Amino acid sequence: MFQLVINIKNISMIDEEKLMKSKKRNQAIAFGLFGFIGYSIVAILVAILAFIIVKGFSAISWDFITQMPEEGMTKGGIYPAIIGTLYLVLGSMLFAFPIGVLAAIYMNEYVKDGFVKKFIRLMTNNLSGIPSIVFGLFGMALFVNKLGFGDSILAGSLTLGLLALPVVIRNTEEALKAVDDTFRLASYGLGASKIQTIKNVVLPIAFPNIITGMILSIGRVSGETAPILFTVAAYFLPKLPTSIFEQAMALPYHLYVISTSGTNIEESRPIAYGTALVLISIVLICNLLANALRKYFGNKVKMN
Amino acid sequence: MKQFFKRFTEKLTEGLLLLSSTVTSLTVVLIVFFLFKEGISLFNEKPIETGYAVVINKNNNVRKISSLEIKDIYDQKITDWSELGAKKDSIILFRLEEISNYYTDEQIGENFEGLPNCLSRLVDSIPGVIAFFPEKYIDKNFKGKKLELEKVSFKEFFGGEEWFPTAQPTAQLGVKPLIMGTLWVSFGAILFALPIGLAASVYMSEIAGDRVRRIMKPLIELLAGIPSVVYGFFGLVVVVPLIQKIFNLPVGETGLAGSIILGIMALPTIITISEDAMRNTPRAMKEASLALGASKWQTIYKIVIPYSISGISAAAILGIGRAIGETMAVLMVTGNAAVMPHSILEPMRTIPATIAAELGEAPDGGLHYKALFALGCILFIITLVINLSVEYVSTRNKHQKH
Repeated sequence: MFQLVINIKNISMIDEEKLMKSKKRNQAIAFGLFGFIGYSIVAILVAILAFIIVKGFSAISWDFITQMPEEGMTKGGIYPAIIGTLYLVLGSMLFAFPIGVLAAIYMNEYVKDGFVKKFIRLMTNNLSGIPSIVFGLFGMALFVNKLGFGDSILAGSLTLGLLALPVVIRNTEEALKAVDDTFRLASYGLGASKIQTIKNVVLPIAFPNIITGMILSIGRVSGETAPILFTVAAYFLPKLPTSIFEQAMALPYHLYVISTSGTNIEESRPIAYGTALVLISIVLICNLLANALRKYFGNKVKMN
Repeated sequence: MKQFFKRFTEKLTEGLLLLSSTVTSLTVVLIVFFLFKEGISLFNEKPIETGYAVVINKNNNVRKISSLEIKDIYDQKITDWSELGAKKDSIILFRLEEISNYYTDEQIGENFEGLPNCLSRLVDSIPGVIAFFPEKYIDKNFKGKKLELEKVSFKEFFGGEEWFPTAQPTAQLGVKPLIMGTLWVSFGAILFALPIGLAASVYMSEIAGDRVRRIMKPLIELLAGIPSVVYGFFGLVVVVPLIQKIFNLPVGETGLAGSIILGIMALPTIITISEDAMRNTPRAMKEASLALGASKWQTIYKIVIPYSISGISAAAILGIGRAIGETMAVLMVTGNAAVMPHSILEPMRTIPATIAAELGEAPDGGLHYKALFALGCILFIITLVINLSVEYVSTRNKHQKH
């Protein structure tokens, strides 16, 4: 057997050298190509960001973010849109965050593996897969028409909240899963009840990660347009909303409107770039904040 | 007592937790209920705007006719009643604007008070007439008869090649051009995003060093965080003019622009999921391959990719799902022409973009409104199928590993 191998080796020595060469060449080509593609994707991202930042920077000023729009939105600022988005984010989080965290606690701490858990997980996954425009349709049918909220901050916040719910649940579940079981067992060992354990041991440890998840979902919610098209967004309002039953302007919708259907698209381009920059900044800040928090608390928990 | 109180709060909290965890399921059920309630009631509607009527001579014994046939009549493709199974008589179209050709202003009256009478006489005097006007002009003594219209049918809805829900006299509700537009745009996106995404995930999971990956991964996740309306805006000001210039087109808003933007948007989904799958390849398998003399590249395409194939397919399916459901970016760059597409360089319109563009103008509870909800149902069913197949693919993967 051994001899046979040697024989074959002798015969195919030259072939093998060739083979080795082509093998190496193929690998070099493939790796070079893949690396190029990988970096290109990063380059696309950087290009998009750089384009918006550079173009938007000249439009942004203190007045831009604190003034009302003027002259058919070709001049002035985007203050009401920023405030509107703030209200919507706040409203949707007030709804989605408590429910999401409670649901995740139930899923991770109470329910045993089985049909119920599988079912709830399936439904949650399905909910997160539903396109945002369908949420818009649903929000319009239920909150605006059926419950009679009309086009209002309330209807928009609830619609956005439902959209964010699966994200909050998933992030919170991950955070709870990361809490080592020894903490729970130690707490039980000291005579604490289940609720006491969750309240005093599990939640405090998981808290940083839960907050990180919430910040990420804020980033997501603030950029959503389709769900608010028919539930809250207004083209132009001369004043700020005073109650949750009023319409509001919102950043993403504002960007959509002034870049596609304004009366004077060319003249309002600078405003559009500025709005895009503000929108992107919110997302970037949320992401950076989340990463920073994760790092900060990650170190802290390890030290304990 | 204290013990009881403690037990009570424990139970109460548990109930509260259970209640919260049912919210998502409840929402799905409610979405299904509202979507399908409105969507299915479309097929109980006649394809004509409420408050309007199509009227014929009372001696005309034509059967019920469909919206498509009415359209053919008004396009003068059908010119004789015998084609619709009635007595032979050529069809004479009448539109309300033409009333002054038949009657004087005095007969009609200053505030149209004579109009019902005029219309009644007109319909009575022309045997082959077909007229379309608001129902309020039909009074008690009206001598014509209202034409029975067929309800919107499944065949018309799914087979019709024209989407024109505000057309008069009858709405054209064929979703085929919208479905085709959605498929063209999303498959174009996947065609370009899948190979690129896979190449990038191979690079990140197998080739690049730890440091490169630690920088690249968050950057690509950031790509997923950019709002779709910003992608749409970027497409509108950069990609659309570029396409117009390169292909020398009259307009740059084409299916291709949509595909490119959607492809970029689907990349993070594809990359993160397939990269995770590839990194789950057992080290022992890779090392065994390397020990047998395979090069790193051979190991990748003979071991890593086949092993993670179900993760890769899940990534592809989810990418398609994201592309099909995406609304704002597509709405802004594809040009939104609701016609059957012939090439990727034409303006197209997708289902979500149609809903977003038209729902604002559709009166609540009307035909158009219901038609848009029916579109929502189609979208919902597509995404449901996609979610379930991802679920299926990934559970199959788990079974393989054991």
